[in-house]
Amino acid sequence: MRASAGQGVAAGDIVLSVEDVSLGFGGVQALTGVSFDIRNGEIRAIIGPNGAGKTSMLNVINGFYHPQSGRITFKGKTRSKMRPYEAARGGIARTFQNVALFKGMTALDNIMAGRTLKMHRGVLWQILRVGPALAEEVEHRLKVEEIIDFLEIAHIRKIPVGRLPYGLQKRVELGRALAMEPNLLLLDEPMAGMNLEEKEDMSRFIIDVNNHFGTTIALIEHDMGVVMDLSDRVVVLDYGRKIADGTPDDVKRDQKVIDAYLGVGH
Amino acid sequence: MATGAAADADTFPKLLIRNAEIFRTRPAMRHKDLGIWQAWTWAQVLDHVRAFSIGMAELGLKRDDKVAIIGGNRPRLYWAMCAAQALGAVPVPLYADSVAEEMAYVLEHAEIAIAVVEDQEQVDKILSIADRLSTLKYIVYDEPRGLRDYDHQRLGAFADVEAAGRRRLGADGDARARWDASVAAGRGGDLAVILYTSGTTGRPKGVMLSFDNVVISARNGNLFDRLDEHEEIIAYLPLAWVGDHIFSYAQSYVAGFCVNCPEAAETVVEDRREIGTSYAFAPPRIYENLLTLTMVRMEDAGALKRAMFHFFIEHARKWGERILNGERVPLVARAVYRLGDVLVYGPLKNRFGLSRIRVGYTAGEAIGPEIFRFYRSLGINLKQLYGQTEAAVYITAQPDGEIYADTVGKPNFDVDVRIAENGEVLFKSPGVFMGYYKDPEKTAQTKTPDGWVHSGDAGFFDPKTGHLKIIDRAKDVGRLRSGTLFAPKYIENKLKFYPNIREAVAFGDDRDFVCAILNIDITAVGSWAERNNVVYGSYQELAGHPQVYEMLAAHVAEVNRSLVAEKVMAGAQIKRFLILHKELDADDGELTRTLKVRRGFISERFAPLIKALYDGSPAADIATDVTFEDGRKGVVAARVRIHDMDIVVPAADLERAA
Repeated sequence: MRASAGQGVAAGDIVLSVEDVSLGFGGVQALTGVSFDIRNGEIRAIIGPNGAGKTSMLNVINGFYHPQSGRITFKGKTRSKMRPYEAARGGIARTFQNVALFKGMTALDNIMAGRTLKMHRGVLWQILRVGPALAEEVEHRLKVEEIIDFLEIAHIRKIPVGRLPYGLQKRVELGRALAMEPNLLLLDEPMAGMNLEEKEDMSRFIIDVNNHFGTTIALIEHDMGVVMDLSDRVVVLDYGRKIADGTPDDVKRDQKVIDAYLGVGH
Repeated sequence: MATGAAADADTFPKLLIRNAEIFRTRPAMRHKDLGIWQAWTWAQVLDHVRAFSIGMAELGLKRDDKVAIIGGNRPRLYWAMCAAQALGAVPVPLYADSVAEEMAYVLEHAEIAIAVVEDQEQVDKILSIADRLSTLKYIVYDEPRGLRDYDHQRLGAFADVEAAGRRRLGADGDARARWDASVAAGRGGDLAVILYTSGTTGRPKGVMLSFDNVVISARNGNLFDRLDEHEEIIAYLPLAWVGDHIFSYAQSYVAGFCVNCPEAAETVVEDRREIGTSYAFAPPRIYENLLTLTMVRMEDAGALKRAMFHFFIEHARKWGERILNGERVPLVARAVYRLGDVLVYGPLKNRFGLSRIRVGYTAGEAIGPEIFRFYRSLGINLKQLYGQTEAAVYITAQPDGEIYADTVGKPNFDVDVRIAENGEVLFKSPGVFMGYYKDPEKTAQTKTPDGWVHSGDAGFFDPKTGHLKIIDRAKDVGRLRSGTLFAPKYIENKLKFYPNIREAVAFGDDRDFVCAILNIDITAVGSWAERNNVVYGSYQELAGHPQVYEMLAAHVAEVNRSLVAEKVMAGAQIKRFLILHKELDADDGELTRTLKVRRGFISERFAPLIKALYDGSPAADIATDVTFEDGRKGVVAARVRIHDMDIVVPAADLERAA
């Protein structure tokens, strides 16, 4: 059901493409001439063994890292590098491999923080909390409550996230990313360190987000079972190079991918 | 018509119409959604129920059709019950957490025509067994999330069905009159609801309750506790359970009070605090959890707070219950209690969401007397009741001011209770069920032709208080050779209320006297050993320690003293006991997976010990196979000592002897 939906849009609409991107840190080459694209409405997975350059790739996409060469085309505009605020304003949200929340703040406030870019009233207005500023806050709170309901975290709404178990923190982080109402959601290992039940929950939420909000998702994941079930298309990196790109079934059969995962000498 | 309904509203749809008239603007229901309490008045509820009801008629629902209700405590699911009843159809609530296989049996057996369910999870379950449900015509869901891409031929959203009903109401001038007529055609004797009991053995049975059963029971219950339209309750127990059906549906419709649906199962404690319920109902474990949570939090609190907490809790333990019962209490104790109320009890009750509680019930199983007294000592009017699905809940309940930790109260209004020859509790009341659905044979076994119902529980009336005491399931109750009643679970529960005793198994059926096998609680006894410098190397060593024997003997002596106070039980005192060298364990088959003792298996496995208990030997040797945590098997051999107890002579016998 979902695969067909993904392919329907896939006909032309490319949200983001990277072409020939290379990134190095001193002597270490993290990415070498990588090209691929993300189509509107799909779930796109980036996989590869440890150190393959997956997180670097995400960081290039949302402007944390600036590649030495290559082009990034996002919403029809081609540039040599992305800037973080450009990415955020353009509708790219992300979660991190190791949860990056404000530990002392409640789940609600953390997700509310995701609305910052959508707030139009200045600091003074917001401090006074009157008139239009109050109306705006009410409107944002409603949006946030919808996300809380969607992710089934009503019971932890007012608990500081530092006190929450890891699986729930991950969910709050996803909530904060969703609060930005992104077009493109980057998930860096959304299931890392989770038990089976938490993984199943998270998988369901990812599918629901994709289905319900129509959000395009690019995710990095180690758990191959999860990746193959969730994604429409998979790109495989190894030592900073793209070695395969296609549907989960194609990729699974690809000899280069099998070699990379089984550790054949390079 | 409406005024006629107000005069003798004997069905829920009629009651709804009445409430919409007399309580027009009072809230009937609240639901916390998106962090905010949404409220519906009685008039608004009627509006929703009528539209949805007509929407279901559009789907082809007819009189006597069955409608499954599956999901959590959500307003629309409660409305769906009344909407079905308005058409003369019968709601059948199911346990939402049952797996598809379990649901299949009930859905098939009840010949469900329409299923009204909460969300995608339930829809998926029903679709997975749909090929077996030949009578199922349509599935209605409340929460549309995730269902957008499903085939909607026989599936629709609650909102859409309701909208269809509204369209019909708008387009067809007679639709409303037809609906009113359908409501008016309902009679008190009609089948109102079928509640399937989970049944510990065999297939679930469908208990058929008429409107009279449910409405009159609810009305009597309201009278008993003087409940009116001002009560606030929170609905959080399974819809399929008769308790929820009476408390969150029937009593609310009869009295006109407001039912609050929590945001999610996990938020009940917080939601209860926000609402401040005035009437509550919960199985004992809910109260146990609340207390444990508090105690754990208290351990983390600062020294001053902790000292204050313990001082005032101790004071409440001493005086609180007596103040609540209206007894004479010294002025100083009263003043300190008042202070404690400001500093500790008040804030604590607020945390529990019980600040405004007038009546709270615990039922379902025995509550630990300590826990029961704890809540009462804080000034919370916690009471016990005894009920069954077959009785539309109420059999007995404790009247205000007559509260005892070990009774279940007096027969409710219009309820007759008597004790059969074999000790079984029989009852007769307006709430007595019509029969088991499609099972006249079982009905005949349970219900006599003149209307008495076999409860399956053994009990007796306490001569001192006139209250009923439930001692065990009737089939587990035996007799000593002397003819004295022997209720193993009753004795075992008394023993297990001591924290040092983890598990207890009593023997006595067809024996000369009662003996018991005990398990120590390693946490409690271990910490006692640490505090008292008792050195031990293993569970076995600690269990056999003479001082541990002394301690447990004191507990057993107390149990004997409490047994002697009850005439029926006086002969069933524990004469000898032993402390088992190993923990009873589900891995070894001694307990079930739900941690109930398997009496038969234990008496075989430990046959040499039981033989020794009864032949008078001071100790016995036993070798048993054990399964270690890692799956290895081994043999544990031990010499277990047997302790003799003094039997307490009942006061009455003493008099007679003198």
